[in-house]
Amino acid sequence: MSENKKTGHAVQTTGHAWDGDIQEYNNPIPRWWLWSFYATVVFSIIYWVLYPAWPIGHSYTTGVLNNITYTVNGEEKTTHWNTRARLVRDMQTGEDAVKQRRHMQEVANASFSAILSDPKMIDFSSKIGKVLFTDNCAACHGMGGQGVVGLFPSLVDDDWLWGGRTENIRETIASGRIGFMPAFGKTFSDQQMDDVVEYVLSLSNQAEDQPRVQRGKQLFGGEQGGCYYCHNQEGTGIQSQGAANLTDQIWTIVDVAGQKDIEGKRALVREVVSKGVNRSMPNWKGRLSDEEIKLLTVYVYNLSGGK
Amino acid sequence: MDGPLPSLCMTNMSVPVNQGGTQARIPIYPRSVKGRFRRLKWAILVIAYGTYFMLPWLQWERSGAASQALLFDITSRRFYLFDLVVHPSEIFWLAGFLVIAALLLFFVTGIAGRVFCGYFCFQTLWTDVFIKIERLVQGERPARIRLDKSGWTADKLFKKGLTHVLWLSVALLTGITFVLYWGYAPELVVQLFTGQAPFAAYATTLFLTATTYVMAGLAREQVCTYMCPYARFQSAMFDKDTLIVAYDRQRGESQLGRNKLVKGLKQQQQRHQAGYGDCVDCGFCVQVCPTGIDIRDGLQIQCISCALCIDACDNIMDSLGWPRGLIKYDSERHQEGSKPRLFKAKNIGYAVTLLLATVLLVWSVITSSTLDVAVQQVRQPLYVVLSDGQIQNSYMLKLNNKQKVPLSLDISVQGLDDAVLDLGRVRHIEIGADQSLQVRLRVRMPRDTGQTQIPFAFVIDADGVEQPLSVPAFFSMPR
Repeated sequence: MSENKKTGHAVQTTGHAWDGDIQEYNNPIPRWWLWSFYATVVFSIIYWVLYPAWPIGHSYTTGVLNNITYTVNGEEKTTHWNTRARLVRDMQTGEDAVKQRRHMQEVANASFSAILSDPKMIDFSSKIGKVLFTDNCAACHGMGGQGVVGLFPSLVDDDWLWGGRTENIRETIASGRIGFMPAFGKTFSDQQMDDVVEYVLSLSNQAEDQPRVQRGKQLFGGEQGGCYYCHNQEGTGIQSQGAANLTDQIWTIVDVAGQKDIEGKRALVREVVSKGVNRSMPNWKGRLSDEEIKLLTVYVYNLSGGK
Repeated sequence: MDGPLPSLCMTNMSVPVNQGGTQARIPIYPRSVKGRFRRLKWAILVIAYGTYFMLPWLQWERSGAASQALLFDITSRRFYLFDLVVHPSEIFWLAGFLVIAALLLFFVTGIAGRVFCGYFCFQTLWTDVFIKIERLVQGERPARIRLDKSGWTADKLFKKGLTHVLWLSVALLTGITFVLYWGYAPELVVQLFTGQAPFAAYATTLFLTATTYVMAGLAREQVCTYMCPYARFQSAMFDKDTLIVAYDRQRGESQLGRNKLVKGLKQQQQRHQAGYGDCVDCGFCVQVCPTGIDIRDGLQIQCISCALCIDACDNIMDSLGWPRGLIKYDSERHQEGSKPRLFKAKNIGYAVTLLLATVLLVWSVITSSTLDVAVQQVRQPLYVVLSDGQIQNSYMLKLNNKQKVPLSLDISVQGLDDAVLDLGRVRHIEIGADQSLQVRLRVRMPRDTGQTQIPFAFVIDADGVEQPLSVPAFFSMPR
């Protein structure tokens, strides 16, 4: 728009000239643009009045006509507008929160067996259960519930120290567990220790020295060792005691299955027998509601299929 | 610049300096015109308005949802377009549609200029209607100029008031109609007037009423000139072969320029002999222009290619008995005397991509499944050794039933020897109509040290789906 060629008249200039002949065109902004700018100024002033805006010392202007009411411990509380209060209110009375609570109630009223045979209820429980698991359980048991050998049991296999039925799992989460096995290092002589270790390995078909197995069996089932008190005469363990099943392929304290040669396996089993085991899991009764524990139980059960 | 400007002392400027720093809008009073392009534009407008205002009321039988042909249901996250139901997972169709729209714009603009601006843009369509209202109430261009200059009489107050009331009515109708696309129209319209509609409906109505009123009534050509980004980047698609509304300078100006129909210059013959062109400088083309430009100055960014100046000039030429086409659709290249080239890389490129995008979108819509299935292997851990030495893998199966009826599913494993699929106590998987579901599947099989990754497939047989779906997956084994 520098010049109108046909009529020949020049565009306005600002009226200044520098170095004799350098001038500045005056292409003014449209007036509506200016009014739009004023409108934004007016908008911001209205905003300052309605919403928290200006800092004053350690405080700030809180805004008017914009209060948010929500409930704290049964008492109604009204504050000025802020996103935190809005979140609290939405979690209490928001459409989605109400919907979620309705589903929660449905699951809370249903039996475990009803939940676990309905894919929709499993889906709902698993979605909330996964969040609960990540917040409360994953720190020890891992994101996928795979556990850590020697420290935290795996929740994805079919071996359950304290029982894999829904009621067992619920009880474990709610009340916690203390897993204890005494140390036998001073009880047995070296020879006896070798025998017991060989017998324990024989329970899962990994022994190689039959005479030792025979002697070990006497110690295991006899009063000197007394292993059968907890592990049973057959070595299948007793779930009410949290005593491990020694006849399967799963080892939770030491990685026997991961050892290639017999000497390695013997060394690991000997370590457990002589030093004992002492593990514990805290309880979650006070930290999670009954409904939450129920959802978490469904989630954990569904990781492996329970037992 | 034509010559040295007066230096330093500028008190006697020939052009007054704008002291305010801003430029008020120079009012434009477009004169009405009759002609073939005006008729075409009214026809397009009637079709566009008819479609826009009637479509929400078109009923369409559909099970499980409102019987509205076009319904954008935000709360249940479904878009209903006649027999097509668009789910959130198909949102890329919208992207595809926008890509096609953009390519079509580029393609058409490259060949025929700002056709969209002049004939189809809602800014043009609504401004046309608002100008029509203005003319019906306040009269033709000279009457409107007179009315604006006159003092505030009762007559002026009535005419101005009526204009704005009518504008606001059209704007309100526009706003309400827009909202009706997002809810069941017969119910929503009642809710709107009984105060029961959702806040968003009122806010949207108000916003669209306000913008329609301001943009089509008050801002008009300023929207195209200052606000619209398309107006700016369309000029990047122009080239010498693009059709533009062009003034035939050679014919109009001849050697000495244009001249009025004064004595001695009334016949074409006389003018040509005297060295004057065919333009009689009647100014009709300027008066009808909705953006207030003079097309005889050449192609300008304000020009929206509405072709009303062509109609205006054609009318004058007809009345003089001279051939039409002093102002016409033409390309720069043709004006220079050569043949415009349409088959060039740019046009062919746009056409091919446009065709490709359209085919892809149509193909995607036609082949969209009624059941979405995705399987993801649980990776933490990849495999689990069970107490009897078997290996177990877990999978998350995501199902999305897009049908209006519940689906009952059978899931089996294909391609794994001795594998067992464990669904726990779940005997029967059913997904409700238009719902999604996640199921954890466990597969176990004896340890096989040969392979660490064994490919297999989940076969999902649903009673509503003709062929069983086969979803590939891998079974992980320890080394």
